[in-house]
Amino acid sequence: MEAASIELFVNAIVAGLLLGGFYAAVSVGISISFGMLDVVNIAHPAFIILGSYIAYTVNARFGFDPILTSVVLSPLFFALGLLLYRIYYLCFEKRGQESLRGLAFFFGVLFITEVTLVLIFGVDYVQARTAYTDATERIAGIDFPLRLVVPFFVSLAMVIGLQFFLTRTFFGRAVLAVAQDQLALRLMGVDPVRVKGLAFALSIATAGVAGALLIVILPVQPSIGREYIGLVFAVCVLGGMGSIWGTLVGALVLGTAESFTATFFGPSWAPAVSFGLLLATLAFRPAGLFGR
Amino acid sequence: MRNRTFTALVFVSAFALIGATLLVKNEFYFQAAYTVLQFVVLATAWNILGGYTGYVNFGTAAFFAIGAYSTVVLYNAFKAPLPLSILAGTIVAGLAGLGVGYLTLRLRGVFFAIATLALSVVLYTFVVNWDYVGGARGAYVLAPREVPFGFSRYTHLLYAAMVLMAATALAVARAVETSKLGRGLAAIRDDELAAEASGVPTLRLKLVSTTLSGALMGMAGTTFPCYLSFVEPSSAFSLNYAVNSIAMPLIGGMMSWLGPLIGALLLGIVQQVVQVSVRSEWNLLIVGALLVVFVTLAPNGIMGWVSAWRRKRI
Amino acid sequence: MKFRSMLAAALGAIAFSTTVAAQQPLKIGFGMSLTGALAGNGKAALIAMEQWRDDVNAKGGILGRKVEYVYYDDQTQPASVPALYTKLMDVDKVDIVVSGYGTAVIAPAIPVMMQRNMCFMTLFGLNPNGKFNYDKYFQIMPAGPQPGVGWTQSFFDVAMAMNPKPKTVAIVGADAEYPHNALDGARVHIKKHGLKIVYDKTYPPNTVDYAPIVRAIQATNPDLVYVASYPPDTAGMIRAANEVGLKTRMFGGGMVGLQYASLRTQLGPLLNGVVNYEMYAPEVSKKFPFLEKIIGKYQERAVKEGVDPLGYYLPPYAYAMMEVLGQAITATKGTDQAKLAEYIHKTTFDTVVGKVAFAKNGEWASSRVLMVQFGGIKGNSLDEWKGPGRITVLGPSEYKTGNVRAPFQDNRK
Repeated sequence: MEAASIELFVNAIVAGLLLGGFYAAVSVGISISFGMLDVVNIAHPAFIILGSYIAYTVNARFGFDPILTSVVLSPLFFALGLLLYRIYYLCFEKRGQESLRGLAFFFGVLFITEVTLVLIFGVDYVQARTAYTDATERIAGIDFPLRLVVPFFVSLAMVIGLQFFLTRTFFGRAVLAVAQDQLALRLMGVDPVRVKGLAFALSIATAGVAGALLIVILPVQPSIGREYIGLVFAVCVLGGMGSIWGTLVGALVLGTAESFTATFFGPSWAPAVSFGLLLATLAFRPAGLFGR
Repeated sequence: MRNRTFTALVFVSAFALIGATLLVKNEFYFQAAYTVLQFVVLATAWNILGGYTGYVNFGTAAFFAIGAYSTVVLYNAFKAPLPLSILAGTIVAGLAGLGVGYLTLRLRGVFFAIATLALSVVLYTFVVNWDYVGGARGAYVLAPREVPFGFSRYTHLLYAAMVLMAATALAVARAVETSKLGRGLAAIRDDELAAEASGVPTLRLKLVSTTLSGALMGMAGTTFPCYLSFVEPSSAFSLNYAVNSIAMPLIGGMMSWLGPLIGALLLGIVQQVVQVSVRSEWNLLIVGALLVVFVTLAPNGIMGWVSAWRRKRI
Repeated sequence: MKFRSMLAAALGAIAFSTTVAAQQPLKIGFGMSLTGALAGNGKAALIAMEQWRDDVNAKGGILGRKVEYVYYDDQTQPASVPALYTKLMDVDKVDIVVSGYGTAVIAPAIPVMMQRNMCFMTLFGLNPNGKFNYDKYFQIMPAGPQPGVGWTQSFFDVAMAMNPKPKTVAIVGADAEYPHNALDGARVHIKKHGLKIVYDKTYPPNTVDYAPIVRAIQATNPDLVYVASYPPDTAGMIRAANEVGLKTRMFGGGMVGLQYASLRTQLGPLLNGVVNYEMYAPEVSKKFPFLEKIIGKYQERAVKEGVDPLGYYLPPYAYAMMEVLGQAITATKGTDQAKLAEYIHKTTFDTVVGKVAFAKNGEWASSRVLMVQFGGIKGNSLDEWKGPGRITVLGPSEYKTGNVRAPFQDNRK
């Protein structure tokens, strides 16, 4: 290969990984709620957009960093998640309803969240401003746009943190156990409903942070969340249901696939390549890359 | 009631509904009815796979779009007449359904659902990049100058076509439900391994189920380009179809043909009425809130409610 | 409720035949996107249209009749359009209909109008009447009788006037109806000028990172890069061009979104050197003398409702659309649709966007898409854009305020 195409190749890898990092942040919440708890939260992207708007508002009013803001405000999202799960539990799980009904419920929630955003924030495109928004580092011909690099590392930290939390703490293990054997959990004196509620709240808290990352990367308007519904479920399933590492790997794979398709073939085919990849994975490894 | 009697009854009511075009002048009602009936077909079709067999299909929009784009292809090729477009779209979507059926060999539960979603995205990309059907810029399908079959307005014709499609879908669903096929599907839904072990030809039954379901969804899409005159991929693949076709059987009840019918009528009419009576963003908010209220209030669908009430009376 | 409105309509019909006609309000109906992807444009248009209604009613209405709007939210769903318009005409009995914003919701309404022979003023669709050839269709977007071609004309006129002449061009756009049509228009000029296309690709509208696309474009070293995009990808492409360090002579052309305050302030100095279409620029305000009157009031309301606070793009044209109708109704002394269409065809109207005349196919008789270049932008404040100074109008010639500064990358030092 000539120097120019090597440079193109390496850039495509770097851009793909950076993009994948962002995808991981968007999908990791679904990996918890859908992958571990079997709650089909199709409204997850709408909460991401809610996170975007909150981070944006604080950024525009006071000039605070949107990502930092979202981390500080994540208890709010956590509380919102607790509340939402409470409703969901009382209306569906308590009566032994399967997750399918939840799908219709969360679709309603998606509409409600979207319109609420329209009513409060209007319909104009908004984007947060930070010192790193327009800055790019170039090292040996490879571009590192900071508006993608910063979200990449934040996302990585969040995913790693979640993985450690889920595997190394009592509560985390309880969450993993909820997905497998609720009775055993009960016998150990743990209330599975409480555990599920906290885990769901955790997933909504990640949506708040992911929203802040999104608004650093792209301009946002209330109904843009729908664009991410397919993606988040694809990432979650590709990596393996309920596996945090799987989500990270799945996101990086999809990001890289997209970047390569855009660089070397035609960006228009990128979704077909990504979702074709998902189909192929399902056909050969039905439980996903890291599935049990 | 025997299936033959039921089918006869359904089609008699269908012709009565079509007869309304002679009496009611106002075209709005026919257009609103067209949209609601379209959801009756989609919900009924979804339920054959989702309700009877227990396989959740997220890809309703894909089948709907297959029907719509078959019409576009035939229109571009030789301005095919409506009945031919309907037939062709139904067959193509049925074949696609058959293909999806083979997915059920390996994929169950959520994995099957996600696979149908992925198929839908792949198909969408394919249509966007297919210039013959207009690609992303969309395609125009113009109404013929003369309205065929003695209708005074083109809207009436499309409405009549949709009434017949809804009748067909209901007759098929009821026939499936009451037949040996339906009992086999129910066995698969309850426990696929046990069904397999007790000699139910699971794959064959599932293939019949996905084919029928896909064909009916495609059928509903065939008149879509004629109704709008202009189709573009994002409207043909709209998220609305996927979600409504799941929400409607859920709200109505998934165990019998009546559930999706009631759910589609209820939710479809509510959506139509709210959109033309609430003149602001609030209309979407109300639709969302009603969706939440309906699914929470009727945990087994409205039909579940009815049968619980009946049981109490006895 | 329904009975009452039907009764009212029936009474209206009776009243019309007698001399009390003057008391009846003049009802104008339309569907508009108030939620969904195009809500930003829909709401901005609605504000301007309501401004016109209030202005007219303050002067006593039209033909002594108060103007009243009946409108519904089409949720940016084309599938809802036929029923909405049928309801407007058959149930609400409106006297006049106009369209919502954009080709996707205009096209499904045209057959409904054709069936009822309604005069149909439309708002910013890129040649939706191309296949229908409806003789009572009118378009307020100043793209000229061949919309796709007129839309892209100035970009290539300006490019071909450079010395030395450019030889290669890259064209790129989003996978949606507008960008594809604009790219088709661009191809017409490219063929005419004998340019060589070195890159011709489209991308999905929900793409997150545009750098791989811009890098692939850069690898072909084009003299010109023509982009047709919607707001989120417009921002993405410009950021990517900055991050990759795109080197070309002209970059831009058909990017939707740079007309709005939000993208202008978000991108700020990154816009320096970008060439793009505009409907209006403060630099040529002398040619749009009436415009400032409505912009001020619009801006007050826009801030409150969270829509584009500048309003240089769509709102004046939405207002002008209603002016054309208002003048036609006054002149024909009623709402006879055939007479209205005939009058609109043969008349040159004086509106807030200047003189408007229509071609045979209902589009503007001549194209007036401004091609401009941004420059001298230092920060991200809205004040940068409130007065003249940041925009050079490159064409058409009667609006020209300066020459293009090429190559693109030199504008960014």
